[in-house]
Amino acid sequence: MSDGSKPGDRLADRGNRTVLALEVENIVKRFADDSEPVPLWQRLLGRRPRQVAAVRGVSFQVPEGEIFGILGPNGSGKSTLIRVIATLLLPDEGTVRIFGHDVVRERTAVRQLINRVSVEAAFFKKLSAMENLMYAARLYGLPVKEATARAGAILDRLGLPRKKRVIPLEELSRGQQQKVAIARALMTNPRLLLLDEPTTGLDPKSKREVQDFILEAQREHGATVILTSHDMEEAERLCQRVAFMDEGRFVALGTPGELKAQFGAHPEQSLEAVFLACTGKGLGEEAGPDRVLEEVSA
Amino acid sequence: MLMQELRRSALASYGVAERSFRLVKRYLGWEVVWLVYSAVSTLTIGLIGVSASRAGGGEAAAGQNLTLYLVIGALLWNYLSVLFQEVSNAVAWERWEGTIEYTFMAPIHRLVYLAGNSLFGLGYALLRTILIFGIAALWFDMDLSRANWGAALLVLVSSSLSFMGLGLVAAVLPLLSPEKGPQATYIIQGLLLLVAGVYYPVDVLPEWLQPIAAINPATHTLDGIRAALMEGAGVAEVMPWVLKLLLTGVLLVPLGLWVFQVGEQYAMRTGRLKRNG
Ligand SMILES: Nc1ncnc2c1ncn2[C@@H]1O[C@H](COP(=O)(O)OP(=O)(O)O)[C@@H](O)[C@H]1O
Ligand SMILES: [Mg+2]
Repeated sequence: MSDGSKPGDRLADRGNRTVLALEVENIVKRFADDSEPVPLWQRLLGRRPRQVAAVRGVSFQVPEGEIFGILGPNGSGKSTLIRVIATLLLPDEGTVRIFGHDVVRERTAVRQLINRVSVEAAFFKKLSAMENLMYAARLYGLPVKEATARAGAILDRLGLPRKKRVIPLEELSRGQQQKVAIARALMTNPRLLLLDEPTTGLDPKSKREVQDFILEAQREHGATVILTSHDMEEAERLCQRVAFMDEGRFVALGTPGELKAQFGAHPEQSLEAVFLACTGKGLGEEAGPDRVLEEVSA
Repeated sequence: MLMQELRRSALASYGVAERSFRLVKRYLGWEVVWLVYSAVSTLTIGLIGVSASRAGGGEAAAGQNLTLYLVIGALLWNYLSVLFQEVSNAVAWERWEGTIEYTFMAPIHRLVYLAGNSLFGLGYALLRTILIFGIAALWFDMDLSRANWGAALLVLVSSSLSFMGLGLVAAVLPLLSPEKGPQATYIIQGLLLLVAGVYYPVDVLPEWLQPIAAINPATHTLDGIRAALMEGAGVAEVMPWVLKLLLTGVLLVPLGLWVFQVGEQYAMRTGRLKRNG
């Protein structure tokens, strides 16, 4: 589905009109409430489990080339929204279009335009970084040599030593694994990159490196990025606009500066305080990396 | 355009198979364990043949025949169960590794992915079976002078299509239920082989199981291969089994694909693929 244009062309294009990378309209996603499962005999009698909405009517648009942040505590629905955009979950209501392609009806076209990095490293952990990258190159129909060379260059840039790329991934630190995940995603040249808490649980140095790299990807490749986080500093550093998400809804949306003004905070005050003012809750309480890691290993 | 698309799909399928073979290399310790275990169980079953013919005071030829009969059963049990498991549990494996969403988000048709898994299952099951057969051939004095290898191979290849189809149908279970799905596939595999006369003619089975045995592809595989290896049946003589196996395969593979895609759609609606993160 690529139109064969280079990122530079697309940026030039933006001078005339805004290209929308992402259009989300009134997305609703419900799940069966598994805190009260319905016994089999009752299900056979037609009783359905209670549904709870993880995303309750979210709409927004992102122009090409922007880094857009979705901020919210654990369980607010960020990952569910990302999965709907990533063609991994079917929405119950609403539509999502990526560069004009509907995520439900034009799934394959959409899949060629996107890639996603999730909070946990989705790898074959006994295989090396290089082997995982080769697998990804084949799935995306890229010439293996070229693609792995590109990924290698990204890993050079992220400072992952060469000898770490040929040993099983499980022997790498989480920060190093996350760098490989980002290299794998960028290797396919996605026009829309979905980053679901890419820095959660990383040490401060790795976090910084990954953030710098996201900025660089945007500057040099014109990538559009949707980023979820519960790190307000990160959002302020990376994102042109951010949305606050709480209990499945966007409760505020704007540039960090606009949000601060809207909720009467000082420009120097952190977004954390703004979020508290907006929702009456902090982000920290149950949102620490510990809990995320616990969930992942469970 | 079409050629390019086909080439791309073939390479993606190959990529899936290649990745699985690489994983086998990394779990080499376990591979050795399974190989030793399967070889030993094949040998013990062959030894039943040796001792039974001795107890019967029969001729050497009859003993050789019984041993060969049993060894073929053990080898095919191995081959078909490995193939079935690799195909049906590929999803469970990806879920366990945590790669399922990454793989399912790739811009390839599900058929391409499943074909890659089947390709791997086929190669892997064949390699293992040849190795164990080599070990058994060294150990036992089996009379293979009349064996028609070409006909045996033809039956084996035709049976693979059927078992891939069965594996694909069963693959939906691990997709829908991470825990109970894989468990169910083992039960299905066991039943398929019970009702197939691995070590006995199917007419010793209870009456009510006989119709199932008659449509079970494992039964036809065992009958066809035994005829080729023990009685020297040629290609023309094994053709009835080959046709039945191919027909079953041609029906089961598309059915499996369809069931899998319905299951995937359901999983994407209800959030069964994955929920963490
Ligand atoms: N696959 C799923 N099945 C059932 N419930 C889910 C699933 N995924 C998420 N949920 C529920 O939806 C809510 C939002 O979860 P999630 O989108 O993961 O939030 P976040 O990423 O902001 O932490 C949570 O209550 C979670 O338990
Ligand atoms: Mg999340």
